[in-house]
Amino acid sequence: MDMYRQQIMDHFKSPRNFGKLPDANINFTDHNPFCGDEITIHAKIKEEQIEEVKFEGKGCAISQASASMLTEIAKGKTFEEVRSIKSEQIKELLGVDLGPVRIKCALLGLKALQKGIIEFLLRKNSGV
Amino acid sequence: MLGTINPIKELINLCNKNDIISVIDAAQSVPHMKIDVKDLNCDFLAFSGHKMLAPTGIGVLYGKAQHLNELKPFLLGGGMISKVTRTETLWNEIPWKFEAGTPNISGAIGLKTAIQYLEEIGMNKILEHEIELAEYCIEKLQEIPEVTIYHPDSSRIGVVSFNIKTIHPHDATQVMDKEGVAVRGGHHCAMPLMQNLGINGTVRASFSLYNTKEDIDILIVSVKKVLEVFS
Repeated sequence: MDMYRQQIMDHFKSPRNFGKLPDANINFTDHNPFCGDEITIHAKIKEEQIEEVKFEGKGCAISQASASMLTEIAKGKTFEEVRSIKSEQIKELLGVDLGPVRIKCALLGLKALQKGIIEFLLRKNSGV
Repeated sequence: MLGTINPIKELINLCNKNDIISVIDAAQSVPHMKIDVKDLNCDFLAFSGHKMLAPTGIGVLYGKAQHLNELKPFLLGGGMISKVTRTETLWNEIPWKFEAGTPNISGAIGLKTAIQYLEEIGMNKILEHEIELAEYCIEKLQEIPEVTIYHPDSSRIGVVSFNIKTIHPHDATQVMDKEGVAVRGGHHCAMPLMQNLGINGTVRASFSLYNTKEDIDILIVSVKKVLEVFS
């Protein structure tokens, strides 16, 4: 069962960094209306760097496992580093080749984090 | 999506009594049951070749002549005019008015052959076979306590929608696919129905004339495989 490798099922059944984050500067929810997957990213920011990150969500194994894996690598990364994470890296983390439909599930967590950063910067620049 | 056969004749009657034009999407029914546009007395009815053993890229739009005569061409090109002068254009007669340019010749021959093949077998026989498969599938799925079947009763065609525990249908179908079972997962272009049912989607098995009870036995094994992977 290559698609649902042990690692994916492990992250799906026991997600890392799952839950809310008190004092988070970023709380961003993104969803995939096509299949109902939903991910909320919570992150604490210090000088354009991810100090802490957690996620909440519901949906398919691919979307939840990839968000869990993402939180493991995103901690400590700068905004610039998060912006430059490519879909190939997420695929590598999952260890599977995904078709055009399922790749959207795998990228949902990353998209939420990247959009959350943009929203954070816009808020900061507008002085809100 | 649930295999329901809608009371389409009643609905068309209602339309006709209230001066409403009826347009029937019969892409899911023409391949599986006998449809008579004259008996239905609908204004328009459409179906697609690719759902009935024919090539992709071809389908049929039926319309009452009086409506088709009133409609303007939607596509310009060779064959759809009867006369062109410097000051006016006269459209060709129906159906040529709507068939501009080089037609999809191979598609049309393929669709005709598919229709002949289905009619030779007999639409009633096909429907009977598919209902028998659906009933067998429902019976077998009901033996698995983790499976929820949506709409397991009343009049239906050969379609069975279900979920396995709360496993996302996209996860379930991917595992089933690896087991050699082709089913569709998701909302099946029926999002409002999903909202009514309070779910994200379903796994849907659709049967055709070429399926057998052995195929359903394999499907049941693949459902058990899903339970094993997501245990």
